[in-house]
Amino acid sequence: MIQTLQAKFRTCSVTGLKVNRDSELLIKANAVIAVVCLLVGALAAFGLVLTRWQAIHLLPADWFYRFLTLHGLNMLIFFIIFFEMAVLYFAGPVLLNSRQPAPKIAWASFGLMVIGMLLVNTMVLTGNADVLFTSYPPLRAHPVYYLGIILFAVGALVVTGLFFASLVVAKREKSYSGSIPLVSFGALTAAIIAAITLVHGAMTYIPTFLWSLGYMELDPQVYRLLFWALGHSSQQINVAAMVALWYFLGAVTVGGVVLNEKVSRTAFILYILFISMASAHHLLVDPGFGPAWKVWNTSYAMYLAVLASMVHGFTVPGGIEMGLRLRGYTQGFFGWLRKAPWGDPGFSGLMLSLVIFGFLGGITGVTIGTEQINIIVHNTMRLPGHFHATVAGGTALSFMAATYYILPLIFQKRVSFWPLAKIQPYLFGGGITTMAMAMIYMGIFGVPRRLWDTSFSNAPFSVEFHPVVWVTQTIFGIGGLLAATGALVFVIIAVATVFFGKPLTPESIAKSASGIPQGILKLPPQIYSGSEVQNVHERGAKGTVILVFIFLGCFVLYYFVNWKILSFVWKVG
Amino acid sequence: MSESDKSMHSGLLAVEGVWWKAIPKQEKLWITIAFIWCLILFAMMPLWHMRGGQNPSGIRAKVTPAEYVERVERFVEDYKVGEDNGFPVVEPPAGAHIYLLARMWQWYPVLKLKKNTKYILHLSSADINHGFSLFPLNLNFQVVPGYDYGLKVEPNQSGDFRIICNEFCGIGHHTMVGKVIVID
Repeated sequence: MIQTLQAKFRTCSVTGLKVNRDSELLIKANAVIAVVCLLVGALAAFGLVLTRWQAIHLLPADWFYRFLTLHGLNMLIFFIIFFEMAVLYFAGPVLLNSRQPAPKIAWASFGLMVIGMLLVNTMVLTGNADVLFTSYPPLRAHPVYYLGIILFAVGALVVTGLFFASLVVAKREKSYSGSIPLVSFGALTAAIIAAITLVHGAMTYIPTFLWSLGYMELDPQVYRLLFWALGHSSQQINVAAMVALWYFLGAVTVGGVVLNEKVSRTAFILYILFISMASAHHLLVDPGFGPAWKVWNTSYAMYLAVLASMVHGFTVPGGIEMGLRLRGYTQGFFGWLRKAPWGDPGFSGLMLSLVIFGFLGGITGVTIGTEQINIIVHNTMRLPGHFHATVAGGTALSFMAATYYILPLIFQKRVSFWPLAKIQPYLFGGGITTMAMAMIYMGIFGVPRRLWDTSFSNAPFSVEFHPVVWVTQTIFGIGGLLAATGALVFVIIAVATVFFGKPLTPESIAKSASGIPQGILKLPPQIYSGSEVQNVHERGAKGTVILVFIFLGCFVLYYFVNWKILSFVWKVG
Repeated sequence: MSESDKSMHSGLLAVEGVWWKAIPKQEKLWITIAFIWCLILFAMMPLWHMRGGQNPSGIRAKVTPAEYVERVERFVEDYKVGEDNGFPVVEPPAGAHIYLLARMWQWYPVLKLKKNTKYILHLSSADINHGFSLFPLNLNFQVVPGYDYGLKVEPNQSGDFRIICNEFCGIGHHTMVGKVIVID
């Protein structure tokens, strides 16, 4: 018995965690498929950027819309959810030193998700589903397209169930004592939101599947309501998973600490309670809903989920600052930032993700999700500008940063092309930031999203955009190419490491440092102990205090400038 | 990390004992200010309904696409004053109900309005979802088949405006441009 148990676990030479083989293999499989989907999405991104950049206008109309469907599904759904499945297997059994419950069911649901993904992508590439990510009926795709999404969602729902089971197993078998770690708590938040989201997914796609077969009627407005309970809430799984990874990366890259468990955990609970209301963000200028419904839901009941993000926006950098101060980086307000390991892609990815998500994605998101301001924003380029900052610059970048630690810790490989890996977060983050800002700027001039021909050359009436739009398009094109290249570089590094990387052993670590992030190799020791720890804590994270007030200043400015712009247009109501 | 450092630990470790502890003063300050900001964000929306001029409330009703097309045809017959590029040009009187039709891939008809005059602009679709975007003002509304969205509008400037479709509506989406003329 003991022997079979031993065969199922290895002890991680770096973290000392007991890693069970079943979970480890599941993490590997899900991460690999996630990267494959990222590759498909990134290749599609090249086509999209080079087409919307009117000076190049590469693809014909049908292939542009097909690539747009492919890009949306693979980036927003497949890449991110496969990766989140890996995060759940890590934050459950691995962090809790436990065994994997029901590994056979886990593999079956993985198979279901892969089949679903393949069916959807096949339908899109064969031209049977030119309906874009949202597939608003009565726009109709082949029934197999809806079936593929249902299979994928069922598989993902089972995996979230297995994560809940792993918490029960770990508790009952006493593989840890006390309360689960904060990172696992964040993953639990993501899993609960995922369960809510996937139930909405079933409510959306099962009727749509039956409608596509001709068995029932479908109301386009009800579809939009239910679809966004899936489409927007799935992005809130990302937010919770990303914040959990921020805490994870803060801890492993520089020894970041948790300032206060109560504050961080309560903020996660606010996500669970309020974040699903954000379906309303997409329905603010729809005919089917009244103003009271719109105001209450778009604000997540008085912005309580925004409050949660603003709390994490303090506690994540604050915990990093405190961790570094405890390790002796106490100089001035920002000594800890100046001395931080900016050459570690895990750390630089974390910090860029935090800044891009907060400053660019968060501020624009809350502003454009305001009921009335949405009138001057809905379906313009400002929308994709906003969510590329949150989902790509925030979530995807945090996943990439975490991968630089998963490769050595779980795959036990040195990261290949290490010098390239060091600059990859800057390439991707810089590209996304440039592109998103250009998109936001174009949107302010009324340029629509999801449009093949910005020159409207075949329309009955001419449309003349402000000349600055064409300059902005060039900046958009350059930013987009940089971002897509950054994603491609990440895929190359990840694939090369997994399949051809040099194995990492305790003996080889001493010989060469290449391909091992600093947090694994030489985390500086904590120099304070005992009561001194309390003293450092009491002096606080004063650099972070300055940063959050700069953030608030930007937020207030952007928010009220938008009200001002709104006040100039025609009276409407 | 040594055992004595329990008060400061990373998010990777299980927490022993009671973690429901008093909030340090910096966090308390930030949470308070952030919460006040959230309340301001919330209050702005009802405030704008009372004091502001731009709200997406409208008159909302259900209508079948066939019924709506009929209403549009009646509206065109009643107030047609000319033609532009094959589209009827329609000039309704002040305060009139305007019926604008979105369909693959045109906005029908062309509208001729007067500055500083109130109208009720109805939007609906004959087929699938479309997006009403008044260019270059950047005024945007979703057009959903089966639903009539009646918005009180009051043009505050004269000129030559366009209606761009900004919801994907199939292969001809990028040719769906309509026209609104506002005269003094």
